[in-house]
Amino acid sequence: MGHDDSTPDPRREALPYSRRRFVRQGVALASMSATVPWFVQRSADAAMLPEDSLVSARPGIDEDRVLVVVQLGGGNDGLNTVVPFGADEYYRARPRLAIPAPGGADGALPLSGTDGLGLNPALAPLHELHERGELSILQGVGYPNPNRSHFASMDIWHTARTEGHGRGGWLGRYFDNACSGRPEPEAGVAIGREAPLAMLGEHASPVTFETEELFRWAGEDLHPLLAKRYQQVSRAGALETDGDSQLAFLTRTALDAQVSSDRIRAAVGRDPLVRYPQGNLARQLQVVGAMIRDGLKTRVYYVTLGGFDTHAGQERSHANLLRQVGQSLQAFQRDLAAQGNQDRVVTMVFSEFGRRVAQNASGGTDHGAAAPMFLMGTRIRPGVIGNHPSLTDLDRGDLKYGIDFRSVYAGLLGDWLQSDPDPVLGGTFRRARLLRG
Amino acid sequence: MPRDQVLRPLPERAFDFDRARHLLARAGFGGTPEQVRAIADLGLDDAVDYLVEWDSVPDPVVEADTFDRDIRRLPTDDERRLAQEARRTEDQVLLDQLQQQRQQRDREDRQQFDELRKWWLARMLETGRPLQERLTLFWHGHFATGYREIRDSWLLFRQNQFLRANAAGSFAELAHGIVRDPAMLKYLNNDRNIRRSPNENLARELMELFTLGEGRGYTERDIKEAARALTGHTVLDNEFRFASRVHDPGAKTILGRSGTFDGAGLVDLLLSQRSCSEFIALKLYRHFVNDLPGGLEGATPEARAAVAEMATLLRRHRYELRPVLGRLFRSRHFHDPANANTVVKSPIELIVSSIRTLGLPVRPLSVLLSAADMMGQTLFQPPTVEGWPGGRTWINTSTLFVRQNLLVYLVTGRSPSGLSIAADDTEFDPMPLVESLADSNGLADASAVRSAAERLLRFCLGGEPHPQRVEALDGLLADVGDRLDRDRSLALICLVTAMPEYQLA
Repeated sequence: MGHDDSTPDPRREALPYSRRRFVRQGVALASMSATVPWFVQRSADAAMLPEDSLVSARPGIDEDRVLVVVQLGGGNDGLNTVVPFGADEYYRARPRLAIPAPGGADGALPLSGTDGLGLNPALAPLHELHERGELSILQGVGYPNPNRSHFASMDIWHTARTEGHGRGGWLGRYFDNACSGRPEPEAGVAIGREAPLAMLGEHASPVTFETEELFRWAGEDLHPLLAKRYQQVSRAGALETDGDSQLAFLTRTALDAQVSSDRIRAAVGRDPLVRYPQGNLARQLQVVGAMIRDGLKTRVYYVTLGGFDTHAGQERSHANLLRQVGQSLQAFQRDLAAQGNQDRVVTMVFSEFGRRVAQNASGGTDHGAAAPMFLMGTRIRPGVIGNHPSLTDLDRGDLKYGIDFRSVYAGLLGDWLQSDPDPVLGGTFRRARLLRG
Repeated sequence: MPRDQVLRPLPERAFDFDRARHLLARAGFGGTPEQVRAIADLGLDDAVDYLVEWDSVPDPVVEADTFDRDIRRLPTDDERRLAQEARRTEDQVLLDQLQQQRQQRDREDRQQFDELRKWWLARMLETGRPLQERLTLFWHGHFATGYREIRDSWLLFRQNQFLRANAAGSFAELAHGIVRDPAMLKYLNNDRNIRRSPNENLARELMELFTLGEGRGYTERDIKEAARALTGHTVLDNEFRFASRVHDPGAKTILGRSGTFDGAGLVDLLLSQRSCSEFIALKLYRHFVNDLPGGLEGATPEARAAVAEMATLLRRHRYELRPVLGRLFRSRHFHDPANANTVVKSPIELIVSSIRTLGLPVRPLSVLLSAADMMGQTLFQPPTVEGWPGGRTWINTSTLFVRQNLLVYLVTGRSPSGLSIAADDTEFDPMPLVESLADSNGLADASAVRSAAERLLRFCLGGEPHPQRVEALDGLLADVGDRLDRDRSLALICLVTAMPEYQLA
C-alpha cells in the first residue's frame, strides 16, 4: 500500500499569500486575540483589543450556531444500538446477544418510517426524540480499509485522514481556517483531561477542563489569605508597556484565565432548568448546557464517554451505557429547549468503529467497522438516513460502510457551520444532506 | 559588529549567582541555591565544561534487560503455521484464542510503555548530566515518533537510548541514525517504501522537519527522488535491515545533484545544504536562548546574527554540537538579560525543574506524567510528527491552571478537588530552601523575614521581580504576622509559583 497521491494536499495548494508567513508576522496580534476571552464584554484592567474586533468580520454567518460532539469511546456496538430486527441473519449471528424483536419489555423500539428497524430499548429517550423529529440516524458510517485498532481508528475520525499523518484535527483545522487574516472569536471547549486531537489545529486549541472546579487555582483552598494575594497578582494584567513580551503574554493569559474561570464557574453554578440524570456524560452535557445558556460564544463543544469496548459480558454493560447516553442526550435537548436555544445546536454522536456481526465466545463482540451515527437537534433532517449495511455481504466478518464519515463532516462543516469543508478535510467529499429544508 | 564577535564570551567577572542560575536553568533543569553557588564558584569556563562535557560525570548504566524486547517478537514458524491452519479451517475457538493472545500482548506492551515513560522521567529527575537528558528530550521532539502509531515500546526505548548517546555528539550522526532507526522507520511507514511503490512519508519529513525546514529549497520532485533513495530501509525483528531487493539503485536527481543516492547519500546531501545548518541552529537557539515568538523575522538583529553564527559554527565543526553549545553558553549574548526569562518552560521542564530547584518531593511518577499530558506534553507521544511547537503554545487559560495546580500538588501533596488523584502524604520541608536563601540575619525579625522572602521570590522567578509582585508578597507576609515557619513558607512558595513569571525560564 503506497502513499495515496490522489487526495490533494491542501498544504501544497496555492494561496493568495503565504498564510504561514502572515501569521508569523502577525503573531503578536494572533497571540493576543487567542487569549482574549472571546465571551468577555468588558474587562477592567488589562489592555484588551477594542470591542469591534471581538465581533466577527464575516457577514451572513449565523454567529450563534453550535456543534456539540459526543464521542463514545471503545467502539459502540451499532448492531445492538440500531437493531435490524427484521433480519434473520441478525438472530443467527447473535443467538445470545441479539435484541429481541418488538413486543416484550426487552424488545427493540420500532422506528416509524422504517421496516424492521428499531432502537435498543435502553435508548427509549432517543426513540422519543426520533418520533418527535429531532433525531437523525445515519446508517453504515465508516471509511475505506477500516482500522480495527482503537487508537488508529479514533485518530482517523479525529484527523479526518485515513492515510499518513494529519496535522491536527478536523475541528482544529476548521478553527484555523475560520481565521481569515483577522482572528475571529470562535473557540472550542472540550470537557476532559486533555484536549482531543480533533480540536487541535496549527493555532487553535480548545479551553479544556475536566470539571469546572479544576478550572481555578487549587492554592486558594490552602488559606483565604492566599486567595486574596493570588487574585491580586493574577488580575493585575499586563504590567509592562511592551505589549508583546513573553511576560505581557503570560500576564494577559493569567487575567483571561481568571475572568474565564469566574464566568464558567458562575454559569455552571446556576441550577439547570431541567433535571439531568447521574453519570459522567450527563455531567458534561450539563456543563455544556450551562455555558450555552450563559451566552458564551463557543462554536464547538466536545464531550466523551468511554467504556464501549464490550468484548465480554456485553448484555448488561452495553444496556447501561446506552441508557446513560439516551437519558443524557434527552436531558440536554430539553435543557436547550427550556433555554430557547434548541434551534442553535446540533449534537453529533459517534464512535471510532462498530463491532463484529457475530457474537464471540465471551458473551460480547469484537472490534468491527461501520456503525450508525446520531445527529440530534431541531434543525437536522430527521429519520433514518442511508441503508442498513448488509449482514451477509461482509468485510472479513464486519459491516461494510455506506456513508464515509467525512461526508458527514462535510455536511456539518459546510451546511451547519457554513465553512468550506475542503481545506479541512484535505479533499472534496460529497456533503451528506443533514439539515432540514 | 563583525560576525564572529556576536558570540563573544562573557567576561568571567560578570559570571555571578544570577548568571549561574540562568546557565543551569537553560543548560540543564536548574538547581538549588547550593548548586547554583557551586556553578558560580566554578567560574563560567569550567561551569560550561562541566555541563557540556558530561562524560566525566558518572551516569547509571542502563542494564541491557531494563525492558523486554520480546513482547512484540515475530511469531515462530510453529505459531505462524497454527494461525494459518486456524484461518483456513475457520476454527472459531482457536481464532478467538489467538485474538485474546494478541490482546494480551497489546496490554503487556502498553504496560511496558507506561514503565518506559516513568523510567525516563525518573532519569530526568535524578541525572547528574541534566544537559544530556534535556537534549534527549529536545531531539525526541525534533525527531518526533509516537507510541500509538507503532505500538512498540521496545523500539521507542532503543530510539531514546540512541538519542541520548548522541545528544551532544554530532547532528550528522543523529540524522544518519534516524533513517535507520526502527521506531522512526515504522512511524513514517518507510518499511512500506519499496522500489515499485515508493512511500514518501520519511523523505518528506526528513527534509521538511528534520533537516532543511519547510519550503527551504526543495520541491515535490525532490521528495519523490529522496523517497527512492530511502527504499529498502526497513525493520526486521527489531533491527534495521537494508532490503536490497526493494531498494531503487537507479540514478536520482535531488536538489540539483545527480547520483545513485542511497539513504546515507541522501542524508549527506541534505547535511551539505546551508539551509540545514541554519534550520538546526534556529531550533537550538529557540530552545536554549529565546523562544522568538515573532519568529526569526521578528527577532532583533543581534539574535539573527547569533543564529547565523551558530549555523556557521555547525558547518565549521561538521555538525558537532559540543563546540557550538560550549561557545553559546559562554557568550555575552546568551547571558544578556534580554535573553533571560524568555523561554516558556515545557511541561516536562516545569515538573523536573521545579522538583530539582526547590527540592520538592518526587510525587508518584504516573501522576506527574499525567499532569504533563494535561499540559500538552505526552512523553513518547507528540501530537504529530511535527513534535511539540513549544513556546507560547504551551500556555492557554486551561494549561495555565494545570501548571499552577501542579505546583500546589508538588509542594503540598494536595490534589485539586474534583480530580480523582489520591493526595500524596510525603511532606515537603521548605525551611532548608528558605534558610539557604536567607542572609546572615536569618529569619530573626520581620525585616529579615521580608528580605528572605524577597530572595526566594528572586530565586524562583529569576531577575528583578516586579514591584507589584513584591507588594503582593509583602502583603501576604503582613497578613500572616511577618513570620516564616513551615506552613507560611509553603503558602509563600505556592503563591510565588503561581505567578505568571514562574512559567518562564
